[in-house]
Amino acid sequence: MYSEKVMDHFMNPRNVGVIEDPDGVGKEGNPICGDLMEIFIKVKDDRIADIKFRTFGCGAAIATSSMATEMVKGKTIEEAMEITNKAVAEALDGLPPIKMHCSNLAADAIHAALEDYLEKKKAKQPA
Amino acid sequence: MTKRTVYLDHAATTPVDPRVVEAMLPYLAERYGNASSIYRLGQEARKAIDEARADVAQILNCTPREMIFTSCGSESDNLAIRGIAFLNRDKGNHIITSPIEHHAVSHTCEQLEKHFGFQVTYLPVDKYGHVDPADVEKAITEKTILITIMYANNEVGTIEPIAEIGEIARAHKIPFHTDAVQAGGALDLDVEALNVDLLSLSAHKFYGPKGVGVLYLRRGVRLLPTQTGGAHELNRRAGTENVAGIVGLATALKLAQEHREDNNRKLIALRDRLIEGVLSSIPDTQLTGHPEERLPNSASFTINYVEGEGMLLGLDMMGIAASSGSACTSASLEPSHVLLAMGIPPEVAHGSLRLTLGHENSEEDVDYLLEVLPGIAERLRSMSPLYTTVS
Repeated sequence: MYSEKVMDHFMNPRNVGVIEDPDGVGKEGNPICGDLMEIFIKVKDDRIADIKFRTFGCGAAIATSSMATEMVKGKTIEEAMEITNKAVAEALDGLPPIKMHCSNLAADAIHAALEDYLEKKKAKQPA
Repeated sequence: MTKRTVYLDHAATTPVDPRVVEAMLPYLAERYGNASSIYRLGQEARKAIDEARADVAQILNCTPREMIFTSCGSESDNLAIRGIAFLNRDKGNHIITSPIEHHAVSHTCEQLEKHFGFQVTYLPVDKYGHVDPADVEKAITEKTILITIMYANNEVGTIEPIAEIGEIARAHKIPFHTDAVQAGGALDLDVEALNVDLLSLSAHKFYGPKGVGVLYLRRGVRLLPTQTGGAHELNRRAGTENVAGIVGLATALKLAQEHREDNNRKLIALRDRLIEGVLSSIPDTQLTGHPEERLPNSASFTINYVEGEGMLLGLDMMGIAASSGSACTSASLEPSHVLLAMGIPPEVAHGSLRLTLGHENSEEDVDYLLEVLPGIAERLRSMSPLYTTVS
């Protein structure tokens, strides 16, 4: 059902964990639906210096979280904003059609974390 | 730890017994006659079907005429429900069933309600998935024309009080069907003892081939055939008979019946070892279904904070085949309706794991699962926002 890349990211997920004092946090999904993703980012000089994730969800959910975090690590905020679910799925050599919504969650969670960072940054700026 | 191949999904399907294959082969080779043909080749096939029919009837304690061979359990369920519903339309339009039925029953009832003007009552079940016969009686109206309750549940193994429900149905003269697909081979199928008018079975659940099932239809109870055409099965189910399959079904059921008590004894011992092992080695795990009134081979759990498909993939990597009621493992992306009906919260239902043992499983198989599963759950928990919130 899953590609080798998906299985690799499922068995050896990259960037699992939390960041103690994150610069941005994104949460997507809902345990009632069977999918919950949390993304934590640390930003330095407008780049994602560190990124971690936690996921409750199926093989595709874990693999897409892992791949999405790898794809944006080290990128600028602007570059990271451009991540799409399609790109994540492609990077994993594709997902079964029924699992495409999991890649949505990963991209959305990253966007949410970036937006959270930008909001916090805005709030810190003097009026 | 050496990787092993362990099949623990016998509720999904079972390996075909080699003796069943042997019995079937001639009908896939030189005995290819159409059983309706009058020449010798045809009559040979007819004889094989007649013998199979008599064998199955004996096990069910009914007459051969009361057996209708079908293509599978789902077809048997469809024939029973639609067949009774459509023929009795002038008498009423009310059907009583449970919320934990197999989709072959529930989706059929849903369609009858949505498109054909029937009205379906879904009885409540308790936390074990048990239907209370008193609730059945309460739900009966003068428009009730069918009661359908499964004998044993495929997801959690709970065994329903079929004989008691049957008694109530009989008192009210309402046809009573039971989907016995999961019970076949494991539990007693005596239709007199069960007080049923219709009963569905499927060969591939008791070490027979896929593609063949049977519906018991009590003499005097009539239904409107769903598959029309030739006069096969006494005009109740058209279609050239799957001779090999029918022979296979009968052979498999005979073998199951012959060794039923012995097999159950072994399975129960393995099952209980498995249940005890899982519950004691993985915290925040629950057994689903009734602890005692459950199928001899069924060990079903909910494991908190992790998702089912993730567990199945981890188990598959270690050579173990199992199944789950999580949304991600179903084509519909909905979690198990059975678990939800039993009052299990959706986020917990997503962490369900079903392990169903079979004749070829050993203590080593069970112990291997017990060695491997805790690590899989732990790894998934370490990644889960739900678990780390708790700890």
